[in-house]
Amino acid sequence: MDLQILWFCLIAFFWSGYFLLEGFDFGVGMLLPFVPRDEKERGAMFQTIGPVWDGNEVWLVVVGGATFAAFPSWYGTMFSGFYIAFLLLLFLLIVRVVSFEWRSKSDAPRWRRMWMWVNAIASAGIPLIWGVGLANLLHGVPIDSNGDFSGTFWDLFSGYTVLAGIAFVLVFAFHGAAFLTLRTTGDLFERVSRAARRLALPAAVVASAFLIWTIAVAVDRNDKDVFPVILPAAIAIAALLVAVYLVYAGKIGLAFSLTAIGTIAVVATLFTGLYPRVMVSSPDFGNSLTVDNASSEHYTLAVLSVVALIVLPLVLLYQGWTYHVFRARVTGDEAPAPEGV
Amino acid sequence: MWGVGLLGSTVVDLARVQFATTSIYHFLFVPLTLGLGPLVAIMQTLWHRTGNEAWLRLTRFFGTLFLINFAIGVATGLVQEFEFGMNWSVYSRFVGNVFGAPLAIEGLGAFFLESTFLGLWIFGWNRLSPRLHLATLWIAVAGSWLSGYFILVANSWMQHPVGYKIVNGQAQLTSVWALLSNGFALRAYVHTMLAGLIFGSMVVLGICCWHFLRGRDVDLFLKAAKLALIVAVPVTLLQLVVGNRFGAAVTSAQSMKIAASEAQWNTCQPCGFSVVQIGGFTASDQTPSFSITVPRLLSYMATGSFDGQVQGLNQLQTQEQRQYGRGNYMPNIRVIYWSMRVMAFAGVLMFLVAAAGAWLYWKRKLERARWFQWTALAGIALPYIAATAGWILTEMGRQPWIVQGLLLTSKANSPSVSTTWLGISLGVFIGLYLALGIVDFVLMRRYARPDRPGPQEELPLPAVTY
Repeated sequence: MDLQILWFCLIAFFWSGYFLLEGFDFGVGMLLPFVPRDEKERGAMFQTIGPVWDGNEVWLVVVGGATFAAFPSWYGTMFSGFYIAFLLLLFLLIVRVVSFEWRSKSDAPRWRRMWMWVNAIASAGIPLIWGVGLANLLHGVPIDSNGDFSGTFWDLFSGYTVLAGIAFVLVFAFHGAAFLTLRTTGDLFERVSRAARRLALPAAVVASAFLIWTIAVAVDRNDKDVFPVILPAAIAIAALLVAVYLVYAGKIGLAFSLTAIGTIAVVATLFTGLYPRVMVSSPDFGNSLTVDNASSEHYTLAVLSVVALIVLPLVLLYQGWTYHVFRARVTGDEAPAPEGV
Repeated sequence: MWGVGLLGSTVVDLARVQFATTSIYHFLFVPLTLGLGPLVAIMQTLWHRTGNEAWLRLTRFFGTLFLINFAIGVATGLVQEFEFGMNWSVYSRFVGNVFGAPLAIEGLGAFFLESTFLGLWIFGWNRLSPRLHLATLWIAVAGSWLSGYFILVANSWMQHPVGYKIVNGQAQLTSVWALLSNGFALRAYVHTMLAGLIFGSMVVLGICCWHFLRGRDVDLFLKAAKLALIVAVPVTLLQLVVGNRFGAAVTSAQSMKIAASEAQWNTCQPCGFSVVQIGGFTASDQTPSFSITVPRLLSYMATGSFDGQVQGLNQLQTQEQRQYGRGNYMPNIRVIYWSMRVMAFAGVLMFLVAAAGAWLYWKRKLERARWFQWTALAGIALPYIAATAGWILTEMGRQPWIVQGLLLTSKANSPSVSTTWLGISLGVFIGLYLALGIVDFVLMRRYARPDRPGPQEELPLPAVTY
């Protein structure tokens, strides 16, 4: 197998891992201002993702490092081209990290309320920006003959890319609510179930519209055929619709596995639509960055492949084990570390 | 410090100031993570082995500080990874084949370990068996030490490129083993990890002394002080030796950096070491008006022999002009000279503090020697000063190159990013980092202070709760 294709797929895989895992962390964050009734329930919601959110965010670090190493030109053009978007993103990522750690460091209600809102706003803002950013890879941005972005911040916004951002936010909110139904009990469980019911249909409808539009954009602006892009899109739409059905049919425990499949299939749709390009140039289609012209040489890719194939299974194993260790539902009564061991 | 004003500065100036600001700031938190991690792990191991509750209390106490500090390291680390692409896209495309690889491996092999197992440690107190719970901390520490290796492999390639060839204006990797076993990287790694241990032990020692000053939990913190001193004395001493050997490696890889750090304008043999001097830092003023010099010491430090030859700035400049074409190949001599001295003098001071502390401990006077307690408390600043000066020396000493001998910093920035947006992003980062720094300092102080409210017998708060 061609290593460039392998690394294109691996980067799609890392994005999938990031959105699958950090996606429900975002969802939990977005629901913080609306679902819990008191501080104890807010604490319980934080606790459902407390042990894992940091490990989940590493998937993003790996996306960045892998893109740098395997596709240096893609990394250079995208990160410098989407400058303002990435600046905003970094700001939100930073305040979100500290909101997790600092909220619990004081009992003052105003302090706690402030960090809860910081977490909620960042948890909505980050997927919004990623949605707009990733959709732009396919929708196309102005790239000059040196491979540099030659547009402005406002070039990133179109009906399609904004819809992508909204779809990401709604899908992750739903994904997070579905996750919470697996991790909470009692009254809080009832209320996250209600939130899942409210979010299910809007998320599925907006995401479906975005996915269908993605097929059109791939055909229209990236010289693709409807097939095979339609395959992952159909899987994503089907998964989300089944999730809606499950939520309404009261089989809420299964919904999470379907929002998970839906999330992965959304990423797969975007990347299937992109291939063999990694960043579409518009209006000068000829300046597009491709898997060929943006990638590292064979030797670097071979080294990275060996490392990834050894390390990645281990990562999946121990991250999976973490979820197993913390599988018990959070009641809100327990403190993570006992007083007086 | 960088000799630029915001108005009239170029894109490259602003991108440099931004990288300097964000990376120095990031590195205020990283070495404490590297050094405090193993100390906390040793404390927990001692609790596990002896069953002595005191070690559990100390694990919780210093573990909380470790985590407060860790959070900002994580948050600001993302900026570092994104900044190469955002501000230095030409550099990123030029080096991606080589420099990107250790970054990707760092994420996959080290950060996953560190973050996942730290999550298990924080929340696993009563979900995991004590043995397994202890193991999670050691694994997280191993992850952080591994990440240090990979990032220093990447940085060292900028200082001393190995295992590559240039094809079509791009550096391409030819040997991953040459990259990973770069002698420069191995020395930089030892130097940096020792710095981490110095951070950890000096911070623990300082906080223990704060408690002695207030007379709080003296017996408890004597245990921690003893541990800190057992680490600090050999490590600060070893660092003086290692730092010196590292300097000799720099001499062969980056002669200009060493000449600049000594303000050595002309080739000498043997060469005296300038302990301190006034003037002699610019091409038009090459002779200091006052200086204290130790004969032959520079020859020894730079080459390992008291008769060694050290090349001068003027000769190196002529040589590099012949090799690379017209241009100024000297870094800012004054900054390099002083950053080297600040680092080295702070290093010596830390050894003296550690040695004095060990002597007092041995004489059973540590808990009463107030002069020393104040010194050690103030001494917490020393590793921060030394590490900052060390990175200024390393990075500014490489100028005008971004990759030594291969790519000039002035040609490596992102063409699509304007001064306006660089200025705005610089402002955002400075504002945000200042705010984070203030909150972090307040929190660290609150969780470290001896007179925290609450009954004395009570265990310190759990490491982290939500």
